[in-house]
Amino acid sequence: MSKKLKAVIIGPGNIGTDLLMKIMRSDWIEPVWMVGIDPESAGLKRAAEMGIKISTTGVDGMLEKVIEDDIRIAFDATSAYVHAENSRKLNELGVIMIDLTPAAIGPFCVPPVNLKQHAEKLEMNVNMVTCGGQATIPMVAAVSQVQEVEYGEIVATVSSRSVGPGTRQNIDEFTRTTSGAVEKVGGAKKGKAIIVINPAEPPLMMRDTIHCLTKESPDQAKIIESVHNMVKEVQKYVPGYKLVNGPVFDGNKVSVFMEVRGLGDFLPEYAGNLDIMTAAALRTAEMFAEESYNQTIKLPVRG
Amino acid sequence: MDLKGKKVTLHDMSLRDGMHAKQHQISIDQMVAVATGLDEAGIPLIEVTHGDGLGGASLNYGFPAHTDEEYLNAVVPKMKNAKISALLLPGIGTVDHLKMARDCGVHTIRVATHCTEADVSEQHIGLAAKMKMDTVGFLMMAHMVSAEKILEQAKLMESYGANCIYCTDSAGYMLPDEVTHKISVLRANLNPATELGFHGHHNMGMAIANSLAAVDAGANRIDGSVAGLGAGAGNTPLEVFVAVLDRMQAVHGVDLYKIMDVAEDLVVPLMDHPIRVDRDALTLGYAGVYSSFLLFAQRAEAKYGIQARDILVELGKRGTVGGQEDMIEDLALTMAKDKGLI
Repeated sequence: MSKKLKAVIIGPGNIGTDLLMKIMRSDWIEPVWMVGIDPESAGLKRAAEMGIKISTTGVDGMLEKVIEDDIRIAFDATSAYVHAENSRKLNELGVIMIDLTPAAIGPFCVPPVNLKQHAEKLEMNVNMVTCGGQATIPMVAAVSQVQEVEYGEIVATVSSRSVGPGTRQNIDEFTRTTSGAVEKVGGAKKGKAIIVINPAEPPLMMRDTIHCLTKESPDQAKIIESVHNMVKEVQKYVPGYKLVNGPVFDGNKVSVFMEVRGLGDFLPEYAGNLDIMTAAALRTAEMFAEESYNQTIKLPVRG
Repeated sequence: MDLKGKKVTLHDMSLRDGMHAKQHQISIDQMVAVATGLDEAGIPLIEVTHGDGLGGASLNYGFPAHTDEEYLNAVVPKMKNAKISALLLPGIGTVDHLKMARDCGVHTIRVATHCTEADVSEQHIGLAAKMKMDTVGFLMMAHMVSAEKILEQAKLMESYGANCIYCTDSAGYMLPDEVTHKISVLRANLNPATELGFHGHHNMGMAIANSLAAVDAGANRIDGSVAGLGAGAGNTPLEVFVAVLDRMQAVHGVDLYKIMDVAEDLVVPLMDHPIRVDRDALTLGYAGVYSSFLLFAQRAEAKYGIQARDILVELGKRGTVGGQEDMIEDLALTMAKDKGLI
């Protein structure tokens, strides 16, 4: 029996296609299906050329193949509006859902911080927060693992070209979801998130600033060590995750300045914000596969 | 230039843009005193918000002395004729802040985006218009793109429900001809019922001249700030602009002596530093950099030994936009490392 878990990607857009290219290299996940709703979609055609089965009628077009093809993992890169239905239908068939939309039905997942817990509990739906969240919450967690963080604030600056219409129409969702996850996953008592879109050409690399206010005076040596360790953890799945400056200490304020260069699979390198989402989603799926292979979790039984 | 009989609505910025110059530390009493003075002088519209708009309270931009809600609740009930406006930058503030402002009695909401990113304002402009507020689309750093691009973005905001569009010279970079051109293009192509506004900064000493050019080209709302209290070298000084409009026989409804007195007796005494075109403020205008970066760059100079001017010029080269204050310390650190200072 192969150790690889078979997967379906829902949404053949930029994110879905980038994800597909990453999964092709994975030792743990095998892409089998790509699901879209437009037969003319370039993403579906590309997937078909790569030997992937395609559905042009949404998730419904492949549901009856789930068992036959032993699909265990679904990545949803569509929208919050259709995610709930996709998740319900696939969960019913025992497929673990990794949600890249802002729907956030399941718990937030930021791999180096809380993925292991989710995998051990066999969470059937995990949400990948936002691009800004994936890039910054590990740093908030790095500080809060050392000592109590009263307040965590993140500023994500992304290139205009890397922000799609969905995010633009509901930018509040980004700030709300991210600030919520800064608290829930990052461990800050109170969280705040800011996003800045920059149209410069050539496009700027995603950059992120993380500020934490610690309750007690910061233990500088421990925080520096914790931040550097956390950067290494993220670099395991996003090699271009780079600590540019910091940690800088100013009273109880701890500031970290990051840059995120993408792998440039399907999306350009500057779109580190999108790359970190697809890489984190794949990392999440791989963890489920590893745990299953090591028999620390049991996937839903199939007849 | 003939502005005789032209009607101009003046909009004071001292209690919002001025918050930048005060590191967001204006007290409630000071706010109420200045706003009351402006109301009595006949200023029809006064903006009261954190310098970076509703929800701007942050480590990144500075925590204010009081919340937006506290300021608004203190000022709004004291107004006899003046209406209060609030600024909102999508990505910083949300529709929750907008609803809070409306509940506090804010009359005008100004939704601000970078001049190429108007499509992030749809939910905020849409909601404000739906709530029947005076809804303004505020296109910042308008010097960075062509008049045609500004028009394209203005049309988006108009389509979301904005009844007024601003061409905003956030960097104080524009010269009068550019203002004339941009406002003329907007006037010729937007719905005739859509009002036009201009927001200037005095970094190149052009705030009055630019505001006149804007009125001449068809703008009817002009932002200014009593005593110029605002980011960088400040905004168009309102008492000066009122005097100029008087001489040109434009219609503005403001009492010149009263606004002079607000400037001299209330606003100048509360300044932390003289608001003037010093070398750093001039660099903002010259290099086309967002005006509120001024104090951040000066603090970085004090901390890391890199000249504020050099930091600002580099920020201009990198095409930074409003809201990227976090870039300043980051860049100063990198420059200091390169120079072997740290």
